[in-house]
Amino acid sequence: MSKLIFERSVEGRGCSLLPESPFERTELPARLCRGKAPRLPQITENDLCRHYTSLAQRSFGVNCGFYPLGSCTMKYNPKVNEVAASLEGFTEVHPYQPAYAVQGCLEVLDTAERYLCKITGMDAVTFQPAAGAHGEYTGLLLIKAYHHHRGEDHRNKIIVPDSAHGTNPASATMAGYAVVSIPSAPDGCVDLDALRAAAGPDTAGIMLTNPNTVGLFDRNILEITKIVHDAGGLCYYDGANLNAVMGIARPGDMGFDVVHLNLHKTFSTPHGGGGPGSGAVGCKELLTPFLPAGQVEKTGEGYRFAAPGECSIGRVKSFYGNFLVVVRALCYLLMLGCEGIPAAAQGAVLNANYMMKKLSSTYDIPYPGPCMHEFVMSLQSLKDDCSVSAMDIAKGLLDRGIHPPTMYFPLIVHEALMVEPTETESRETLNEAIDAFLALYEEAKENPQKLHEAPITTPVGRPDEVKAARSPVLRHRFGEE
Amino acid sequence: MGGFLPAGASERAEMLREIGCGSIDELFSPIPQEVRLKGLDIPQGMSELQAQRALRAMAKKNKVFDTIFRGAGAYRHYIPAVVGSVTGKEEFLTAYTPYQAEISQGVLQSIFEYQTMICELTGMEVSNASVYDGATAAAEAAAMCRERGRGRVLVSSAAHPEVIETMRTYCFGCGMELTLIPERGGRTDLRALGGLLGADVACVYLQQPSFFGSIEDAEEAANLAHAAGAKLILGCNPIALGLLRTPAECGADIAVGEGQPLGIPLSFGGPYLGFMACTGKLMRRLPGRIVGETTDGKGERAFVLTLQAREQHIRREKASSNICSNQALCAMRAAVYLSAMGPGGLRQVAETCLSGAHYLAKRLSALPGFQVKNEGEFFHEFVTSCPVPPQVLTKRLEEAGILGGLPLGGAHEGEVLWCVTEMNTPQEIDRLVDVLKELERGNAK
Amino acid sequence: MNVQKDYFYTKSHEWVQFLSESTARVGLSDYAQSEMSDIVFVNLPQEGDLVSVGDSFADVESVKAVSDVYSPLAGEVSAVNEELLDSPQKINEDPYGAWLAEIKDISGKEELMDAAEYEKFLAESAE
Repeated sequence: MSKLIFERSVEGRGCSLLPESPFERTELPARLCRGKAPRLPQITENDLCRHYTSLAQRSFGVNCGFYPLGSCTMKYNPKVNEVAASLEGFTEVHPYQPAYAVQGCLEVLDTAERYLCKITGMDAVTFQPAAGAHGEYTGLLLIKAYHHHRGEDHRNKIIVPDSAHGTNPASATMAGYAVVSIPSAPDGCVDLDALRAAAGPDTAGIMLTNPNTVGLFDRNILEITKIVHDAGGLCYYDGANLNAVMGIARPGDMGFDVVHLNLHKTFSTPHGGGGPGSGAVGCKELLTPFLPAGQVEKTGEGYRFAAPGECSIGRVKSFYGNFLVVVRALCYLLMLGCEGIPAAAQGAVLNANYMMKKLSSTYDIPYPGPCMHEFVMSLQSLKDDCSVSAMDIAKGLLDRGIHPPTMYFPLIVHEALMVEPTETESRETLNEAIDAFLALYEEAKENPQKLHEAPITTPVGRPDEVKAARSPVLRHRFGEE
Repeated sequence: MGGFLPAGASERAEMLREIGCGSIDELFSPIPQEVRLKGLDIPQGMSELQAQRALRAMAKKNKVFDTIFRGAGAYRHYIPAVVGSVTGKEEFLTAYTPYQAEISQGVLQSIFEYQTMICELTGMEVSNASVYDGATAAAEAAAMCRERGRGRVLVSSAAHPEVIETMRTYCFGCGMELTLIPERGGRTDLRALGGLLGADVACVYLQQPSFFGSIEDAEEAANLAHAAGAKLILGCNPIALGLLRTPAECGADIAVGEGQPLGIPLSFGGPYLGFMACTGKLMRRLPGRIVGETTDGKGERAFVLTLQAREQHIRREKASSNICSNQALCAMRAAVYLSAMGPGGLRQVAETCLSGAHYLAKRLSALPGFQVKNEGEFFHEFVTSCPVPPQVLTKRLEEAGILGGLPLGGAHEGEVLWCVTEMNTPQEIDRLVDVLKELERGNAK
Repeated sequence: MNVQKDYFYTKSHEWVQFLSESTARVGLSDYAQSEMSDIVFVNLPQEGDLVSVGDSFADVESVKAVSDVYSPLAGEVSAVNEELLDSPQKINEDPYGAWLAEIKDISGKEELMDAAEYEKFLAESAE
């Protein structure tokens, strides 16, 4: 068991970091001061480092092993990205320095914007949103502002397929929209009749992931965007799965008006255990007047921030977004260029199909391929046969040093495991993972109990989530409480 | 070029053959020809050396000021070396959200420790695992307070303008109404607040210290808000909390803030850290990831993402927030920073900021035309008048390698917002004053 | 699956226990709680809420799911079972005792099944 940092704390210890204050001491009146000091750890630097090293040893990143977490595009994060993002010329820049003193930052934003416009087929990109869901929200506000500006506030519904990520309907609600969920067709794609029935004078737009969450490219994409446009709505592209098609097909050419990208998925910036990411939002010209403040423009002498448009939705965050994440993504874009971007997409699609094909004779693949960058397996029949669930197989993978796929998503597939190997994995790694999946299947048949008990090699076994939720303990309690 | 692809052409051909596929293109056959891109119009790829060279060249075009007297929501503090060392560990850096608890105990425990530290700092009972930044934390907090019949948010004009703008955008989204509380002398006009409160008000937002650096009477604001059945959200500077009464002591229902001062570099505005903490009563309305303690089958202590039924991936359109990815690694920076500093170090930083700012205020006040505008207590920022147009002053300072105070706009046109942290030495302040004296002499000529 | 004899049921597995002509309690059937597995939290309506037939007026959370509870009645919420806020597991342990809300001034109701009909309904759905 790893001690909490508070349990390593000893009164009076600490690190030697700061000189005595060189200024004459100013005192605040007691009524303004806190009653007691915060119980922060008191710990030497040595113990602090060992603490976090022990935590690191109980964590798992892409660098620790295969991480085929569907929908999350856990590709390798190039080290040079980190070098670029730690340059003093980026890290030591105050956001309110005058434009002449931040020309390099503006060049980063402008260059990244140009690259991403070309990749998405959009006319402008804002980097203000900090994550994918934040990008969705921003994109929906652009749609809302667009309809508002045209006097069409009655357009208050957003169409979302039932296979969508949970963030889509949640973002739509936050943007003040009612969500119309449409069922997927038997092939996992958009049911055109259901879409036609849902689209109408109250449609503000549709949110779509393409390739979709079962890993298929929707062949009817032009028809879909046309149906929505004909009804007067706009089309939103959730870029979570762009890795499959970047450099090969563009959302802009599919009829989408606005798109968010996850720079922390598609463009190789690390996830940091849950963030920071960047949810850059691109849009076609009809939406540019509504973009948040902070668009960069080129002038004769260099770059500057353009004044926000009169119809701008305003600001969705302080300053200019997660700038250092954009630096990392730009580094990746510069390295891959016009050949590397589509090559990465091809590699991702090849790896996914390779794995799917090799697993398809054993596992049920409800939507047979070719798939794009990921595929979904259903373990329902295995569960029916020998009561081993998707969760059990996932936990079995942990004992084999592999991060499990995304579990129980999309919701339209029972006992789903969603596998996204990404392009940066070698054939040997894929083969090892395939062998692990096949061995687990055998084990499920022969010794299901063993899988119910997995994992056994990890620092802890399956945590009691019911207890955690029924009686939440969300902070450390110090001895005296 | 390379794209970090392991497979060369011949290996790819083998893989294709193994799965009975003629070509890569065959795999893309579901994509209609009409939407296929005929060549991606961006430059050719670069080697790592070239890419690094290109980015170094861009970084060089920025000016890095050795001396900074500008804060206004982004503060240069000392960052202990251990912070970057810990957060650069690949197991943290390259992990996704800790969905698989058994192999993510390290990340989960670090978040649990972070939550505890934020609770200690703010005095509140529950903290989440972070949101994007201080502005979105304030906006999410306002949304937490919405109740039937209470859809109005009162926001202090003495809060950071970008926080106000972000809250306004979020209110536009969800249909809440935002009303500004006037500012008087760098603080929220509490008498005006009294007049604005009513049965339709969900919450009141105040920033502590205010955007202008002044210490607010948050307790009085809490009393007023509560008397009207509204909640108080306090946006706090976390360094100031080393000294100031906690939001809990002031009676706040929700404490939020920009966590950047806790070990996160300026970085042209991001990534930063939004922290959010609330009373136990509001626990289930708190958005975002939350880590809880539990046990595994053997009774060992274990940590896990909990209260997930609040969240978008389960509640979908009924979720109160859409947040998914947050600022986890920035939260870890804050936790390492607070651990390295300890209670004594944090207090020392806060006291040095406070004393340094008062020293600068005294020195500036001795110069003609630089009058400290607001009465009462301030922390590490304050506003002065300026004898010349502020842009002239800051330009002159920049030539001397000093990023001066921030020229204010709107009702405060002609005024300057100064900031001092523990990074500023008395010698820097002397030099600043020397340049200002020269400026004044030049002006007199 | 246990079905309480003197209660009435909906197709979405809520039960109704009439306390009088115009007042009734609403809860979740044994079948509903077993489908949800371990219930970790309930969101209850507020006293005084006016509900219509089919309104989602409460929800119950398990670790990985949330289910709406639909009102089988139209009327005014006259009481909620606050004990469930602290002990949601009561719904798992004693589904027919763990009422969620009491509704008074009942002005309408959906077509309810009696115990026998509900048992038949469950048997048919299982096929």
